[in-house]
Amino acid sequence: MPDREHTSKHYEQQLRILKEKLLLMSHQAEQMISDSIRALVDRRPTLAEDVIKRDDDLDKLEIEIDNLCYQILALEQPVARDLRFIATALKIVKDIERIGDIGVNIAERGIELIQEPELKRLVDLPIMAEAAQRILKESLDAFVNSDAELAEKVIDNDRLVDGLYEQIFRELLTYMLEDTRSISRAIKLIFIAKHLERVGDHSANIAEMVVFLVRGQDIRHGTRLDRG
Amino acid sequence: MGSPVKITVSGANFFYGSNQALHDVSMEIRPQFVTALIGPSGCGKSTFLRSLNRMNDLIPGARLEGKVELDGENVYSDSMDVIHLRRRVGMIFQKSNPFPMSSYDNVAYGVRVNGLTKKRIELDEVVEKTLRAAALWDEVKDRLHRSAMSLSGGQQQRLCIARALAVEPEVLLMDEPASALDPISTAKIEELIYDLKRTYTIIIVTHNMQQAARVSDETGFFLSGRLVEFNETKKLFTAPRNRETEDYITGRFG
Repeated sequence: MPDREHTSKHYEQQLRILKEKLLLMSHQAEQMISDSIRALVDRRPTLAEDVIKRDDDLDKLEIEIDNLCYQILALEQPVARDLRFIATALKIVKDIERIGDIGVNIAERGIELIQEPELKRLVDLPIMAEAAQRILKESLDAFVNSDAELAEKVIDNDRLVDGLYEQIFRELLTYMLEDTRSISRAIKLIFIAKHLERVGDHSANIAEMVVFLVRGQDIRHGTRLDRG
Repeated sequence: MGSPVKITVSGANFFYGSNQALHDVSMEIRPQFVTALIGPSGCGKSTFLRSLNRMNDLIPGARLEGKVELDGENVYSDSMDVIHLRRRVGMIFQKSNPFPMSSYDNVAYGVRVNGLTKKRIELDEVVEKTLRAAALWDEVKDRLHRSAMSLSGGQQQRLCIARALAVEPEVLLMDEPASALDPISTAKIEELIYDLKRTYTIIIVTHNMQQAARVSDETGFFLSGRLVEFNETKKLFTAPRNRETEDYITGRFG
């Protein structure tokens, strides 16, 4: 059911601006992840360097979003769904910012790897990258469309990304055991896989906040924690 | 759960002549709780409040169907002494209405009228105790015998609360008690409500939703004479169950 508009047009506009900034920021973070992987697979150092440069824009957006949230909290005193929206924005902005940082980390490892001969043709890593990017995109779509079902799917699919990480780790381990000269490169590739696994975790965090936003229900940490 | 209940309203329908102001309202009000009633103008929240101590009896053509019980006793039974009921269930109004007499006499009035005490020294004690409970004593102790009309709006309102407390009620009904006051006086009234709930059961009608959120434990949202949602205040203002509640408290009016 679409939201009805606020009687206060100004308040409505503030919330819309906040949402647009979050969309812009999440789109940029998504792009940084996909470009950092593309730079590695296609061996394009300039693209990797470009990803690193873009992190400043993301950090600026994070600060803008934080400030806008504080302003809305102080001036409009949001309650209920609006309050949950602001709380969600303040939390997921941190996840999105970290995803941008991960893009930078992947790009840095990529630049180093491109300078050395290819260890092997990358097969599983692009598959994992695609899976991580898919759940990132879905978590953000779930946020934009207030889609709790999609968010729950993201939380489930995060396990697939975790599984792919284990698989890549085992494979690279065999390379290192066979040939010690491969260790440095294999470790860098494992780092990248670990970074992608973290993208999945941040996406799952975002998805958990979407469930909270839509249903007012805290589903974090499964049922491990008792809450009243 | 067997949690104690001070006032039980069940299946209340209220009519002003042929005009129905409340539709099948049921609510359990817990002792030593602050219960806030919110909703747009004309939603029935004040009618509901006034039905709890039969203030509506004074309006010609007004009648209530259903049941209101105070400690299990039917408020609308023929045997109910309405004067006694209103002593047990006191009321504070939006506009402070001190009597045109001294602060002392305002507070002592109900005690004298009800014949609760005769001795001057006892009366002095009651006045001081009550003014202290209403957080007004320090401000008026040096001018107890001056006209209450010389007090500020916020002080007058606290004097009215003291006057209501003097007859030792169990329940306090407050109809927009701070809507005509500045923020500092409002904060004092809210602080007072917070203190008073240790002793009394308080039901407050307010248009100020932040106020309801600040002072109350439970909140009822009324719309068009229906009780749409009755929930813990912290739940109602973070994750209400009902879409109509959500739209109202977030400022999305139809």
